[in-house]
Amino acid sequence: MPQDNSPNSTPTERVTGGARVKRGLAEMLRGGVIMDVVNAEQAKVAEDAGAVAVMALERVPADIRSDGGVARMSDPALIQGIQATVTVPVMAKARIGHFAEAQVLESLGVDYIDESEVLTPADEAHHIDKWAYTVPFVCGATNLGEALRRISEGAAMIRSKGEAGTGNIVEAVRHLRSILGDIRRIGVADSAELYDWAKKLAAPVSLVQEIAESGRLPVPLFCAGGIATPADASLVMQLGAEAVFVGSGIFKSEDPSRRARAIVEATTHYREAAIVAKVSAGLGEAMPGQEESELAVKLAERGW
Amino acid sequence: MKVGVLALQGDFREHALALETAGAEPVEVRRPEHLAGVDAIALPGGESTTLSMLLDSSGLRPALAGRLEDGMPALGTCAGMILLAARVRDGRPDQRGFATIDMTVRRNGFGRQLESFECDLEVTGLTGTVPAVFIRAPVVEEVGPSVEVLASVTGADGRTSPVLCRAGHHLVASFHPELSGDVRIHEMFLAGAASAVGGDGRK
Repeated sequence: MPQDNSPNSTPTERVTGGARVKRGLAEMLRGGVIMDVVNAEQAKVAEDAGAVAVMALERVPADIRSDGGVARMSDPALIQGIQATVTVPVMAKARIGHFAEAQVLESLGVDYIDESEVLTPADEAHHIDKWAYTVPFVCGATNLGEALRRISEGAAMIRSKGEAGTGNIVEAVRHLRSILGDIRRIGVADSAELYDWAKKLAAPVSLVQEIAESGRLPVPLFCAGGIATPADASLVMQLGAEAVFVGSGIFKSEDPSRRARAIVEATTHYREAAIVAKVSAGLGEAMPGQEESELAVKLAERGW
Repeated sequence: MKVGVLALQGDFREHALALETAGAEPVEVRRPEHLAGVDAIALPGGESTTLSMLLDSSGLRPALAGRLEDGMPALGTCAGMILLAARVRDGRPDQRGFATIDMTVRRNGFGRQLESFECDLEVTGLTGTVPAVFIRAPVVEEVGPSVEVLASVTGADGRTSPVLCRAGHHLVASFHPELSGDVRIHEMFLAGAASAVGGDGRK
């Protein structure tokens, strides 16, 4: 290590936890795949396959769905085991509004907290005040108003919710189209109309004006909920997602390692159908899917 | 000047925007053929393990290695610096870079996301300070005699680490000049690259 012990070498003043640093990590994950893992072995498989980050949780959404009961934050020991195993960022989920779970996750040093509708909500009116933390948060959204409310609460990344644990991409497409369609419509609105947009979206007018100016969400927009194949990843990337979360889609499939790798390739080369075709060949069975009409609970409806 | 931006994963869009603002013509590089006609390359921030894997599967690794050996100027930030460093500590064993610059870096040496930070840097050759964003940043632990340190940060223990280094026409940073809106680091790179390829660095 180069040394400089001269008396005038004062420590550099460092500011942690600012919006740019929080959003910055999301920027680094763009074009990548974040994979749900329930133990250190799966985390290793995910990292080996090229995951840009892993999401530590006790049960993947498909199992939460079939097991029922209250789904909570993971055991800290499980999260620490995963942190000790991989070198990529480790994320973990807290229940909507459960700020004490978020405090615990921050104390464990996770790299991102997902305030997630996949877990059972802890508060029926309030999301976590995310500005109060040094660790960044990602939140789900089904439409632009929901996304902007989460950003106003301090979320540094938005993921379209989709319908987790179904292996059905239809809800993810609906939510992405809704968010991105409204962003495009705001882009052609005049300055007076932006106030009406803010009212309709139940969101701060300053964020609506920012979107009108930049033509994009103020934080990265990723996609989650229902991605099961490389072509699913290509679809949502072409629709405008900047990275993908894959939950049950990998470890509920026949050959998780190969499928994970194939989804990574398809996310990078999403515009190249020939590459998506090549990596999709002979992957074995995808996770068993569920039609929307068969669902007892719609997770996407959680959050306000 | 046409500058390739490695676009396999990471914040390549921000690099392209910064290069464009600084007067270059950015070109996204995902496959070997995208390197044709490119005078220099920017390697963005991202996950260096993922980038290493995608460099192999895309066939870009030998093509890019060849161009770097021929002296194509490279700008590497964070993961991009890891890819250009000769020696990497705390990486995955199967992670490979281009070993372009005689330096040793420790992956995530500044810590996890909770330790990610912003600061103002004094940079040799630039007036005033440059805003710098460090995200799970690598620490430069050793540099060879061919490497010039242009900026450093000092820890609470008084120990100093280089965060911006130049080696020939290559420029590497632990931080992300592409995220700050200040394009002077990109301009510095283009000026060096222009003298390497012969031209004024503009399109």
